[in-house]
Amino acid sequence: MARFDKITELRVEHITKRFPGVLACDDISLTVGEHQILALVGENGAGKTTLMNMIMGLYQPDEGKIFINGEEVQLKTPNDAFDCGIGMVHQQYMLVPNMTVLENIALGMKNSWKGIKVDLQMVRNKVTEISEKYGLKVDPDAYIWQLAVGEQQRVELVKTLCLGAKFLILDEPTSALTPQETDDLIALLKKMSSELSIIFISHKLNEVKALSHKVSILRHGKVVFEGSTADYTPKQIAALMTGHEVEVNANTDEPSQGEVALAINDLCVRSDRGFLALDHFNLEIKSGEIVGLAGVSGNGQRELAEAINGIRKTESGTITFFGKEIQNLTPGQVIATGMGYIPEERNTEGIVPSMSVKENIILKDSESQSFSKNHILRNKAIESTSNRLRDEFDIRCPGINTAAGSLSGGNIQKVILAREIARKPKFLVCVYPIRGLDMGAAEFIHKELLKLRKSGVGILLISEELEEIMNLSDRIAVIFKGQTQAVLERGQATTEKLGILMAGVKEDE
Amino acid sequence: MDFVVNTLTLTVRFAVTLMIASMGEMFNQKAGIFNLGCEGIMSVGAFLGMLIPFTIIGPGTAPGYINILGLVVATVAGCLLGLLFGVIVITFRAPQGIAGIGMQMFGVGLAGTFFRSYIGGTQSITGISSMEIPLLSKIPVLGKILFTHNPLVYFAYLLVPIAWYVIYKTPWGLKVRAVGTHPRAADSLGINVTRIRFQSLAVGGAMAGFAGAFLTLCQAKMFNADIINGRGFIAVALVYFGQWHPIKIFLGALLFTFAQTLQTQIQIFVPQFQYYEFLTMLPYILVIVVLAFNRKSNRLGPSALGKPFNREMRV
Repeated sequence: MARFDKITELRVEHITKRFPGVLACDDISLTVGEHQILALVGENGAGKTTLMNMIMGLYQPDEGKIFINGEEVQLKTPNDAFDCGIGMVHQQYMLVPNMTVLENIALGMKNSWKGIKVDLQMVRNKVTEISEKYGLKVDPDAYIWQLAVGEQQRVELVKTLCLGAKFLILDEPTSALTPQETDDLIALLKKMSSELSIIFISHKLNEVKALSHKVSILRHGKVVFEGSTADYTPKQIAALMTGHEVEVNANTDEPSQGEVALAINDLCVRSDRGFLALDHFNLEIKSGEIVGLAGVSGNGQRELAEAINGIRKTESGTITFFGKEIQNLTPGQVIATGMGYIPEERNTEGIVPSMSVKENIILKDSESQSFSKNHILRNKAIESTSNRLRDEFDIRCPGINTAAGSLSGGNIQKVILAREIARKPKFLVCVYPIRGLDMGAAEFIHKELLKLRKSGVGILLISEELEEIMNLSDRIAVIFKGQTQAVLERGQATTEKLGILMAGVKEDE
Repeated sequence: MDFVVNTLTLTVRFAVTLMIASMGEMFNQKAGIFNLGCEGIMSVGAFLGMLIPFTIIGPGTAPGYINILGLVVATVAGCLLGLLFGVIVITFRAPQGIAGIGMQMFGVGLAGTFFRSYIGGTQSITGISSMEIPLLSKIPVLGKILFTHNPLVYFAYLLVPIAWYVIYKTPWGLKVRAVGTHPRAADSLGINVTRIRFQSLAVGGAMAGFAGAFLTLCQAKMFNADIINGRGFIAVALVYFGQWHPIKIFLGALLFTFAQTLQTQIQIFVPQFQYYEFLTMLPYILVIVVLAFNRKSNRLGPSALGKPFNREMRV
């Protein structure tokens, strides 16, 4: 059935793709050989995903050709790509949440469609075979909505392999995984490369270094660099990728001696599903200090951030902000106390996507004297402030009247950051600030956070990225099952130590 | 006793209209299309269902096959209207709510206009009469309730398990569910989202047309311009009530029809009871209560409902 027994070479030549107003891919040529792993890196919007979608037959290139084993192939639909043995795990998982794992896989396995019946037994056998072969454990009868992110990714991998992929494309596969899951995935992919060829898109250069044979860098739709991974350090790749030397922003200042800004005592908060997500949680953060809260996501971080900001009701315990209890206030009241918030979901909680950049910038202050008079917005003041912030925070957008939702992730985050910092907060709660961002944007955000710290503002930095936490924090707290597992000084923390604490092992055990 | 048996017998027969219409709407919604125009398609179906026998035979008794022909024409017309709706909301990506209201007014208006110019005033027709199934209909009580209907009623009831099987067991049903919940995922697996949505609209429209013709031929045995009288909207509501599950939608249709039939029967059997409107309200209130308290349905429902699909729209 498959067109090729094996794929010894996949080559794209002079691929160009235009979207209205954007040149997404500009004369790209790439080659991936048998059992090779090619890392494709580049900033957000560099054209990586667009290029992969063309290889999958989801987009048609405007110019250029695709060759497999030297033979030109026409990839008009994903079915053509599957027939050729190419499969892709998209960054946003392509799984139907209210269907089971088996049904999701059957959706793509056309040979399981027997007349008017779907042969689920056949799908089940195939799933079992693949899971055993690669050690990918999945529950075939579970519904997708019941699965954690890591499990969903295993389902995606199993699905792709069940469809007969001999050539895997992985679009930022580790962006939503915990450090442990990431390590497992890297090990698995290494093992798989003895049978498959892989294109691997990632922002995380240590993963690129650990996994790939070759690296190609895209910038503004063009291949700007190609080379063998072994010959370059992550730092060199980063410089090639951003076009300038990337400095690691590290907090090396003396610990702050400021007053306690935020004190959380015995806080209990329930999750959406009703269990205690925070279970007598304790933490103190001083002014002018960054406390990093490390932990595998889902251990109460979201509930903590929401409880502090008045979005979630607390069960018991207190949140004291400069001597005043703020638990169970409304979000508006919390904002009025001087609290700043960079939420986890930047597209849905951080901005109103359909509103313009300038409107999002004044969202928290539309009633303040500076932006409105007699309940009528002062457009001039809003525009001058927005334009100033746009320059200051290097927000790359066609104009301040552009819908914020159409910006890239990094620029959306800069809009949020600009809004929060311009309000001169007394404290900032910052949740996964660089998740999914490219190095350039991440570097900028970190620089701004350190500037804010220097100006005497306390910051609670919730993150899964140990590197980020260790570089920025004065002190590091570890959260596990809604409790403070440990609080370490900057110098005491190592990746290993944090990893163990995040897994729930107490220090004295 | 007569009261109870009559009410139940009529419930079994009259439930067919709502059942078929909402089952059709379920197919639309499972694929992610919200067709508020169900009412309009039913109107056209109802009109054609009576027009065919009326023009061929005249006001007299039409033989069975002529009535069936009316039913078939109504079904085909419904199917075409479903496809027309697809052109509006899939090809041109018009907002589905507004397009649905347009379709409703178009259908009701079209049927009304043609009715006025071709037929004039309200006309009774013989329609398809009930028949007693030998032996089975002689079973005391149950026989009358279950086995004194015309063959279409049994066919309609058979459609419930068929719809269930199609949705949950066939490749097409799998595709319909995927397209309505996560069209991007379906697209990434090489499934033609547009085609599946058109197909489901064709099926849904056909069922709405059938339901309309059933109403004129088997239930009302007459036609006037506002014969559908909100049934199309109730059909849409029943899909939510039944949480997109054929069996639950079927039970909802029965419950609704039971309450309505009860109300008319009370007027006949207990003319001194003045407040029968309250009984009419009961099922509507029930729907509102169920919809208001059912937050879990988000998880089961087609989450892409009402959203046009555009592969090149970046999210």
